[in-house]
Amino acid sequence: MTTAAPAATTRASAPNRPADVIFKAVSTTAGVLILIALAGVAIFLVAQAVPAIIGPLPDDDSFWAWVWPLTFGTLWSAFLAMVMAVPMAIAIALFITHFAPRRLASILGYAIDLLAAIPSVIYGLWGIAVLAPFMQPAYAWLAENLGWIPLFSPPASGTGRTILTAAIVLAVMVLPIITALCREIFLQTPRLNEEASLALGATRWEMIRMAVLPHGRSGIIASSILGLGRALGETMAVAMVLASAGAVTFVVVGSQNPSTIAANIALRFPEAHGITVNMLIGSGLVLFAITLLVNAISRWIIAKTTVDGGR
Amino acid sequence: MSKRIEINDLDVYYGAFKAVEGVSLEIEPRSVTAFIGPSGCGKSTVLRTINRMHEVIAGAYVDGEILLDGANLYGSGVDPVNVRRQIGMVFQRPNPFPTMTIRENVLAGVLLNNRRMSKGDQDDLVERSLRGANLWNEVKDRLGIPGSGLSGGQQQRLCIARAIAVSPDVLLMDEPCSALDPISTLAIEDLIEELKQEYTIVIVTHNMQQASRVSDKTAFFNIAGTGKPGKLIEYDETTRIFSNPSVQSTEDYVSGRFG
Ligand SMILES: Nc1ncnc2c1ncn2[C@@H]1O[C@H](COP(=O)(O)OP(=O)(O)O)[C@@H](O)[C@H]1O
Ligand SMILES: [Mg+2]
Repeated sequence: MTTAAPAATTRASAPNRPADVIFKAVSTTAGVLILIALAGVAIFLVAQAVPAIIGPLPDDDSFWAWVWPLTFGTLWSAFLAMVMAVPMAIAIALFITHFAPRRLASILGYAIDLLAAIPSVIYGLWGIAVLAPFMQPAYAWLAENLGWIPLFSPPASGTGRTILTAAIVLAVMVLPIITALCREIFLQTPRLNEEASLALGATRWEMIRMAVLPHGRSGIIASSILGLGRALGETMAVAMVLASAGAVTFVVVGSQNPSTIAANIALRFPEAHGITVNMLIGSGLVLFAITLLVNAISRWIIAKTTVDGGR
Repeated sequence: MSKRIEINDLDVYYGAFKAVEGVSLEIEPRSVTAFIGPSGCGKSTVLRTINRMHEVIAGAYVDGEILLDGANLYGSGVDPVNVRRQIGMVFQRPNPFPTMTIRENVLAGVLLNNRRMSKGDQDDLVERSLRGANLWNEVKDRLGIPGSGLSGGQQQRLCIARAIAVSPDVLLMDEPCSALDPISTLAIEDLIEELKQEYTIVIVTHNMQQASRVSDKTAFFNIAGTGKPGKLIEYDETTRIFSNPSVQSTEDYVSGRFG
């Protein structure tokens, strides 16, 4: 503070350059507009959600009883997607940065970036037309042979449009973001740390465990959270792929699947009227709250894991 | 423990660029050998061929042989990972693992070889290695803090402790004091004097007083011009290199006339 103060006064007394003035005006306006937009969205959500939250609702359930299966489906499908996507993304990023020959690495990196450019409706089509029929026999097999594991309780879905299929689609969709960020982070591992482990006689994999992953830890968390945010809010692909029945169940191969908040809004909103509009907007508020919470948690984790000088 | 190094007609390349040409020298066990010479003449490059760290750079390779007690480190079927486990290295800038504690840093190399070491043995080894690196008294009460929390000189001694914890045959040091203050430098020089009882030590230094203080033999490298390969000009007893060298350019360099 003490050192900044004189600098600030000298800057204030410097002549006002037009470009500076314009830039300052534009950036201030943009900043204020973003805040206004954010506040506007929040106010809209709350105002519209209140009638549904205080009720009464048509089929005399409470709003929370109605929104719970959707919330569960949102969290469960996103969780499944992350369980598949994060290890996969880390593995691909490590392969690109530390194992692949340079040529193959750049081709792979390019392919991953392309995945990010595919619109979600295409993923939805792919999920229905290709993935669901492809996975269905596997689900039937799982239900028959591993049905004693609660995840695979029979009966299996006849169409393959289960929450696991939706989660696989989500995983493919979030894979590019996580991979691209992890790749950047892994490339930034200090050469000095990598050489330190190699000089101790570490194999390449041991070097990755000693130097690359510790260095990338907070970045891996940050990129995963970004992917999680996308998985939680993804609408179109889930709405298309998932055959939902509003159940709350951990079974991932059956036909009784929970829906997700975003997909449910997209499917129901066109025909909604009266209080149902408020219910749907209320569920949107819940989704908004979940994403805010996820972001807050990730910031907290990153702050915690970097205090020990995690670079 | 301590082994003899013999380098025979070594050429070292970075891709198409020949960085070092025709180096041959013999290094006795339990001695300190200093590599000196103007920067860019290939001292670090030659040093890094001794533990096969040179080849971790893309496109880098060597031609020639290096014998450790008669066994060729570059023989077919020799795993560079095993070579590096026998030949420890200390780098120019201290590089403890930033997310590991002091204790974990010391044990990092040992646990690669021997995962199931008892806690008691680990404690002994940590103490022995840190004592060996003259760091024990300064850190014995805070082995659990991150290694990056130490001063630069302490970090460098931690790196030495980490290197000697695996009981290597040879210890390579690439300008280990260049990032340190004079007091820390003296501490490391004293340490080198002690470590010589047990290890073959090769040290690169740009500091000629340091070379004359710590080394038994000195190798002077030089380069004819940029883009040309570096060469070993003269290799002899340190006292002789600094008092009565047989090559004119060595004399010019050690008397400070260039470099
Ligand atoms: N990673 C590298 N890639 C390509 N050339 C390198 C690399 N490292 C060093 N060199 C070149 O090799 C020569 C010797 O370098 P180096 O061994 O670092 O010299 P010194 O340690 O004696 O200062 C120099 O010409 C340098 O530019
Ligand atoms: Mg050097």
